[in-house]
Amino acid sequence: MRYAAGTTVRVRAADPDHHTRVPRYVRGHTGQVVAALGRWPLPDDSARGITPPRIETCYAVRFSAGDLWGTGDHTVTVDLWESYLDGP
Amino acid sequence: MTGHDDLPAAARARRLEERLIAAGLTSDDEIDAFLTGLYTSASPVNGARMAARAWTDPRYRDLLLSDGNAAAAEQGFEGLSYQLRVVANTENVHNVIVCTLCSCYPVSLLGPSPGWYKSFAYRSRTVREPRAVLGEFGVTLPDTVQISVWDSTSEARYMVLPLRPAGTGGLAADELAAIITRNGLIGTARL
Repeated sequence: MRYAAGTTVRVRAADPDHHTRVPRYVRGHTGQVVAALGRWPLPDDSARGITPPRIETCYAVRFSAGDLWGTGDHTVTVDLWESYLDGP
Repeated sequence: MTGHDDLPAAARARRLEERLIAAGLTSDDEIDAFLTGLYTSASPVNGARMAARAWTDPRYRDLLLSDGNAAAAEQGFEGLSYQLRVVANTENVHNVIVCTLCSCYPVSLLGPSPGWYKSFAYRSRTVREPRAVLGEFGVTLPDTVQISVWDSTSEARYMVLPLRPAGTGGLAADELAAIITRNGLIGTARL
């Protein structure tokens, strides 16, 4: 586990030419780690038949609506694998 | 009779099944047995019983919020195929679940997902304007209540622990479970 709860992380902005589980709306945005969930195969590898796939920690990362959309007072928490994130 | 089989999606699914069967990867009997097992046991009654127990048993509430799979196992639901994460509503925070990538959701505890949960409108609007979406479900929250949206993009599945309504102090566990709806466990209803 690389990021403790409370760590600020930025989602990589890359637009891969293969399957990924990074929703487009959080790409390039900054959020806070809420929790480390578990260590699971990276879907980007599994979907391409790469064996063995990388096994990585997945984090729940919270974003503010204001940052994502420029409006709204809610938060959105998205589960993101370690490869999808850059540290502080 | 016009039935489900006439729908283009059902026809595509059936063609996929036939290819898998032809390849020797599964059989009609195996598919039927899987679906029968899933749909006879998967029900929002399961999640409702867990939530009702958490309302009356502080130890179980702590377990449910810290280790959903252990709490599910105590209630007889062992070996969930996902990591269960339960998020609790409070006086100040209202949680709502969505899956923007597809329609992930804890089927075994909430039953088959409703059609609207899979719709593009619900999936795209809930992360952007949840207060408006909840309003269309008849849920009007005071401005002081923060909305926390959970987008189920990984192997974790989310369930909401609703607030216990006032005036339910005298109800037994079964009666409490009966007032907890599937939408309450998704976050698109307040009880």
